Amino acid sequence: MTTPDQYNERPSVAPHTGTTATRDFILQATGITKSFGGVHALKGASMTMRRGEITALIGDNGAGKSTMVRCLSGIHRPDSGEILLDGKPVTFENPNAAIQQGIETVQQNLALVEDLTVWQNFFLGREKTHGFGPFRTLDRKLMKQTAADLLKNLAVNVPPVTSKVRRLSGGQRQAVAIARAAGWGSQIVIMDEPTAALGVQETARVEGVIETLRESGVAVLLISHNFDQVMRLSDHVWVMRAGMAVAERRSAETSGDELVALITGAKAA
Amino acid sequence: MTTIEHVRPPRLQAVGAQVRQISFWAENAAPIGLVALVIVFSALSPTFLTLGNIKAMLVAAAILVILAIGQSFVITTGGIDLSISATMTFGAIGFGLAFQAGLGFWVSAVVAIVAGLLIGLINGLLIAKGKVTDFIATLGTLSVATGLALIVSNGKPITINSTELLTLTSGSLGIFGYPIILAAVIAVLAWFFMFRTRFGLHVQAVGGNEESAVANGISATRIRMAVYLISGGLAGVAALLLVARVGAAEPAINTQFLLNSIAAVVLGGVSLTGGKAKIVGPVIGALLLTALTNGLTLLGVSQFYQPLAVGLVVVLAALLTRFQKK
Ligand SMILES: Nc1ncnc2c1ncn2[C@@H]1O[C@H](COP(=O)(O)OP(=O)(O)O)[C@@H](O)[C@H]1O
Ligand SMILES: [Mg+2]
Repeated sequence: MTTPDQYNERPSVAPHTGTTATRDFILQATGITKSFGGVHALKGASMTMRRGEITALIGDNGAGKSTMVRCLSGIHRPDSGEILLDGKPVTFENPNAAIQQGIETVQQNLALVEDLTVWQNFFLGREKTHGFGPFRTLDRKLMKQTAADLLKNLAVNVPPVTSKVRRLSGGQRQAVAIARAAGWGSQIVIMDEPTAALGVQETARVEGVIETLRESGVAVLLISHNFDQVMRLSDHVWVMRAGMAVAERRSAETSGDELVALITGAKAA
Repeated sequence: MTTIEHVRPPRLQAVGAQVRQISFWAENAAPIGLVALVIVFSALSPTFLTLGNIKAMLVAAAILVILAIGQSFVITTGGIDLSISATMTFGAIGFGLAFQAGLGFWVSAVVAIVAGLLIGLINGLLIAKGKVTDFIATLGTLSVATGLALIVSNGKPITINSTELLTLTSGSLGIFGYPIILAAVIAVLAWFFMFRTRFGLHVQAVGGNEESAVANGISATRIRMAVYLISGGLAGVAALLLVARVGAAEPAINTQFLLNSIAAVVLGGVSLTGGKAKIVGPVIGALLLTALTNGLTLLGVSQFYQPLAVGLVVVLAALLTRFQKK
């Protein structure tokens, strides 16, 4: 926090670069703080996401990326700060509230239930049913079919949708979580290190999914440690360090070297 | 069975291979144990497999089956309901007082179930909203429900003369008495809700990984409230059968029902850590425990040995569950 920072010093408005009009931001988070006991994971971090763009969020381990993600997806409630969605202030009481507002997230821990099957995990919290009243039954056939179809695009080694997640490999689990988040036609998809456990082929497929999302108008927030990936996919990059968002760049106007310098603090924002 | 295996030898081989794995025995401890008990007891006692005794056993099993189903919902979420049998006693006294006040069978039955739901609600509020450990919360309500039952009944049993209750205990379709038919209907409904509805799936999800369930928009608070309400409500239903069987509403402490309800669930292959739902298993577990008690009684084994036998069976089953497939 030694470097004064042009973005986080602005108290009420979310930062933006250059001439971007406020209405082009689908999401603006301003001055978010979050502490766990004595650990100040976020110290007033601000960041934005633009419509139809892939925004990358990078930073060292412990910088606060996942905590930011968990604030945006309703798992944590920020201690202070403001989140604007489409220009309107929102507070997420719980993850369901964020989902209702069209924010889907692949959490870093994937948020799967190991004892449930692939299709059950896929539709967890938004199961398809048929029938009426208390005897509304799960539409198992439809859910299995849909889950299988959506997974096919993603996994290289597609697991049977009826197998328990406990029996899946790390890559297969990640594919389930990503296909789940991408499958609902939401307006924002957040992915916290989605390719961390994946091989080359699987990573390529996930990147394909991310690009398809952007083409269909979804704003994607991508947390990644892979600079090549960030440079290849993203339109905009936010850099976090020690609980603050310390810099932002258009991806086209930066380089991997500059990003590394920003992350370590070797270069001031 | 044999014909199918005859026509499909690969299936037979597959079954053979399964039987050699210890996990097969662990997954199916309850049905295997039940069959073994039936074989042993029918060899030792000519009365055991008579229609009259089977009928009596099924009637005797009904209360435990219903309690085990309630307990199974709670245990699937990783919780436990130690107050279940005290809640049943409380419901029985509620029934007795209402009946004594001249409210008639049906209203009194509703009172019993509402009394059960009330304790379930308290458990749910303490555990889901108050974040009190399930073990402590239900230990507390165990004592509260027992105490309340003693206070409102003045510690005296309330004798009930109700034709409806008489029909409930003595009526039957073939060898199936009304109590076990009621228990069977509850079991079918429980299976349906657990495995075919969103609610049941959410119960399993919260038990399996609460954090992940919540991240997917499920309210763990509501699910926990619901399972303790189910457990309390079913304890209220069991209270009716208890009053019908005894012919009176007694403020007695039915510890054996508490231990056996948990034992039936463990025998049924449900892990106490939660996440793995079973309904048929606990039902068979309840039948097994009833058959065990019945068989020992028929053989003239002293009552003193029955808790010992139940304890051994449960510990054995708990050891076996370690070998269940993950
Ligand atoms: N639930 C939590 N309880 C306590 N500390 C936490 C919790 N979540 C994150 N932290 C701490 O907050 C800091 C930021 O963590 P995190 O957001 O996971 O970083 P990143 O995802 O950038 O690696 C770390 O010091 C971490 O230990
Ligand atoms: Mg992280």
